[in-house]
Amino acid sequence: MQFDTSQLIPVLPEIYILSLACLVLVVDLFLKDSQRIVSYGITQVGLIIGIAVTLAVSGPKAQILFDGSYIRDPMSDVLKVGILLVSFLAFLYAKDYLRDRDLFKGEFYTLGLFAVLGMLIMVSANSFLSIYLGLELLALSMYALVAFNRASTNGAEAAMKYFVLGALASGMLLYGISMVYGMTGTIRFDQLGQEIQRVGLNNIVLIFGLVFIVIGLSFKLGAVPFHMWVPDVYHGAPTAVTLFLGSAPKIAAFALAMRMLVDGMQPLVHSGTWAGWQGMLIVLAVLSMGIGNLIAIAQSNIKRMLAYSTISHVGFILLGILAGTQEGYTAAMFYTLVYALMSAGGFGIVMALSRRGFEAENLDDFKGLNQRNPWFAAMMLLLMFSMAGVPPTVGFFAKLFVLDAVVSVDLVWVAIVGVFFSIIGAFYYIRIVKLMYFDKPVDESPLTIGADTQLVLSLNGLSMLALGLFPAGLLSLCSAAFTG
Amino acid sequence: MFADWPILSLTIWLPIIGGFMVIASGDREPNATRWTALIVSVLTFLVSLPLWFGFDSSTAQMQFVERTPWIPLFHIEYYLGVDGISMPLIILTTFVTPLVVIAGWEVIKYKPSLYMASFLIMEGVMVGVFAALDAMLFYVFWEAMLIPMFIIIGVWGGPNRVYATIKFFLYTFLGSVFMLVALIYMYYQWGNFEILGFHQLKLGLTEQILIFLAFLLAFAVKVPMWPVHTWLPDAHVEAPTGGSVILAAIMLKIGGYGFLRFSLPITPDASHTLDWLIIGMSLIAVVYIGFVALIQEDMKKLIAYSSIAHMGFVTLGFYIVFIVGQTAGSGAALGVQGGMVQMVSHGFISAAMFLCVGVLYDRMHSRQISDYGGVVNTMPIFGAFMVFFAMANAGLPGTSGFVGEFMVILASFRADFWYAFLAATTLIIGAAYTLWMVKRVVFGEVVNDGVAALQDINAREYLVLATLALAVLILGLWPAPLVEVMDASVSNLLQHISVPKY
Repeated sequence: MQFDTSQLIPVLPEIYILSLACLVLVVDLFLKDSQRIVSYGITQVGLIIGIAVTLAVSGPKAQILFDGSYIRDPMSDVLKVGILLVSFLAFLYAKDYLRDRDLFKGEFYTLGLFAVLGMLIMVSANSFLSIYLGLELLALSMYALVAFNRASTNGAEAAMKYFVLGALASGMLLYGISMVYGMTGTIRFDQLGQEIQRVGLNNIVLIFGLVFIVIGLSFKLGAVPFHMWVPDVYHGAPTAVTLFLGSAPKIAAFALAMRMLVDGMQPLVHSGTWAGWQGMLIVLAVLSMGIGNLIAIAQSNIKRMLAYSTISHVGFILLGILAGTQEGYTAAMFYTLVYALMSAGGFGIVMALSRRGFEAENLDDFKGLNQRNPWFAAMMLLLMFSMAGVPPTVGFFAKLFVLDAVVSVDLVWVAIVGVFFSIIGAFYYIRIVKLMYFDKPVDESPLTIGADTQLVLSLNGLSMLALGLFPAGLLSLCSAAFTG
Repeated sequence: MFADWPILSLTIWLPIIGGFMVIASGDREPNATRWTALIVSVLTFLVSLPLWFGFDSSTAQMQFVERTPWIPLFHIEYYLGVDGISMPLIILTTFVTPLVVIAGWEVIKYKPSLYMASFLIMEGVMVGVFAALDAMLFYVFWEAMLIPMFIIIGVWGGPNRVYATIKFFLYTFLGSVFMLVALIYMYYQWGNFEILGFHQLKLGLTEQILIFLAFLLAFAVKVPMWPVHTWLPDAHVEAPTGGSVILAAIMLKIGGYGFLRFSLPITPDASHTLDWLIIGMSLIAVVYIGFVALIQEDMKKLIAYSSIAHMGFVTLGFYIVFIVGQTAGSGAALGVQGGMVQMVSHGFISAAMFLCVGVLYDRMHSRQISDYGGVVNTMPIFGAFMVFFAMANAGLPGTSGFVGEFMVILASFRADFWYAFLAATTLIIGAAYTLWMVKRVVFGEVVNDGVAALQDINAREYLVLATLALAVLILGLWPAPLVEVMDASVSNLLQHISVPKY
């Protein structure tokens, strides 16, 4: 195997983030508690530089390196920038929350950066081994982050559940990978398609392998019926971690699906019957949209409600992927990126309502927000209507593009099911708007939000409207990732 | 001179941006806020006037067209234009909004900036619905209307407002999403989202029927047609006066417009096959809902049911054309034109009736008929207005209410005697419930101390009611300009639907 330093240029983002994580780890040892802001500062500046590095090595052609383990292509560029940006957002929102609860430790940023590294590796993986590597790095960092609040029993329980179920899912994924490798003899995604054609699409071991891989994938995404961990982990983890968990890793999970199913196992998409991954994803998507939307109505805890809404959004993302066309993948990527922004904004507002000694976890904490702070009530209104998919917010366009793709492959019944469950889902989003605008406040105290969080949260909310009025830019970015 | 200005974009975005400015100005100076809102709404009306005066009635082509790509990857364009069907409705919208702003002048104390802004934004969005010629642009505006209305009913409404507004939102949303799927399906058949393109699209009968049903769900809820009408009485009763006015005057017409712009031209054969369904639902609305209105004790609910009955006339007029075309040969245009005139006329009359009820409610805080009696003794000028509008609602010749109803009944006669008979019963039932309400509320002896203490209408209320009375009279005595404007577009539509599409 030839190794020369020019091969390291496309991998620069990962090398850089690894160095950044180690830097933060070491620098943090020498800081006192009052100086912790330095770790935060290094992380944030580092992430911005990371975006610059990713853009610097980006380009229109795909490059496959390290004997087929690593791929740098336009899709990876867009997704990496998305992950770094959303992580920046997540850490920014998290700062005040962590400070108020004595959780403002350097380990948060180290673990966070290792999670980011794992995500970057997942996005750029060209073999089952490297994607698993990235996945586990992300997962282990997240397990630790979920348990970050040592004093919380809820947190410990959530972390245990996440860890055990996550380990089980990883085992399933590996089992599936081993079956596929056994049949085809390769772990490289760029060669897998041909090998699968050679083996034959009806090979029973191959189908079984596919099933186990899809199971592992659905767990990571949080699709029904492998969604059980989502509400408990979202509820038990500190809200700052929930925000991080619900936004950036979804982009990575999307990349997981794209790399494994589309890049690797494209020929297995139909297999003529329900045995292909399109059929499997239809089942997962319909169940996710249904169960997610229905159970969210019954929730009185905002974090659980947003967790179930996540499950329903994941269903929509799967719709885009299962369409199997360029427009479908573009639509799914657009949806994922927009969803990450919406999720970050939604949890950001939940954290803004909280303060030292008080967790704004119940729906009733939103009552009368329009009187307490009209601006952030308006931002939450934009975020909620965007999640519901009401024009002119960007959430509508995300759903529209996915529906376009699904109808184009003659799966009109799936589109009808999707919109039907969206209507049911609209209820719990407008319930939040109702609480904010139509009810009297229970808690009259003003919101305490730092200036940086105020600015970024406002931009986040306004982006829902701005991207909704002008979606073409982001859409063409996503589209270029597939045609490029 | 105005032909080069993007008048439609101005009419849409001026109130929307004005609305955001009004919110930004806050509630510290409520008077300044109100005047800003009024100026913006009057300016929008003035900006929309060139649409009327610059309109070429001889052609059915789209006028004042603006077209730029918006989302090229999915062939969605920012494509606006008006014809004889949409233009009068836009003028109606820009005409009614300043009246709504004036009506809410004193009575809205809580966050007037948000109230005024919601109406302004809604005005812009509603004009957008009428002007849009790209199906996705239309859909975006269609759904976007729900947000300000949801806020208006929920924040400033009556005691049961939360139930009413959530019902309104979810009911309308439900209807609309099936329309979305139909639009996406047609996009894949045609290649882009142009509505005029969909008119040309060839579709088989089964496809047409499914698409027709999808559109029917959306428009039937909006109009509203029996049996999906139950959200309207709740919404009207709980909404503040201004909200009821906009809801009745404009929002219901958007449903009627949808039938003319989408259902009839895109699925003419399905419309022909299923015309018995629409006619049946319309006649039930006219007769049955008329009787339901008769027993109401809440004035607003009565007028709400009356609206449903009047809108039944509109849909009857639109769908009678197939039968008239078969039996008589000409006169089909009369049905459609009658429906359109009825839409505009009902816009004025129902707005006026809700404003009258608002005047009484502002004073006595009750909408129950039993709480009133002999109002004419203490409020003679108001009494005169209320009786006038009641007569118009009942369809008295000389008022605009008569023109539309007469045209539709004439057209129904040409179709089938029994349709005309049932439709004509509205003249009796409509007179019954409206005049009985007016008799109980306005005439007779002063019935209690509350009524005895009533003050007659002030200059502001007089201005609003007089403007509407003038509009009703002018349209009733001289409907020719309106009919002329829509003539070419209606003929074009009828010609288009007479040709089978598959």
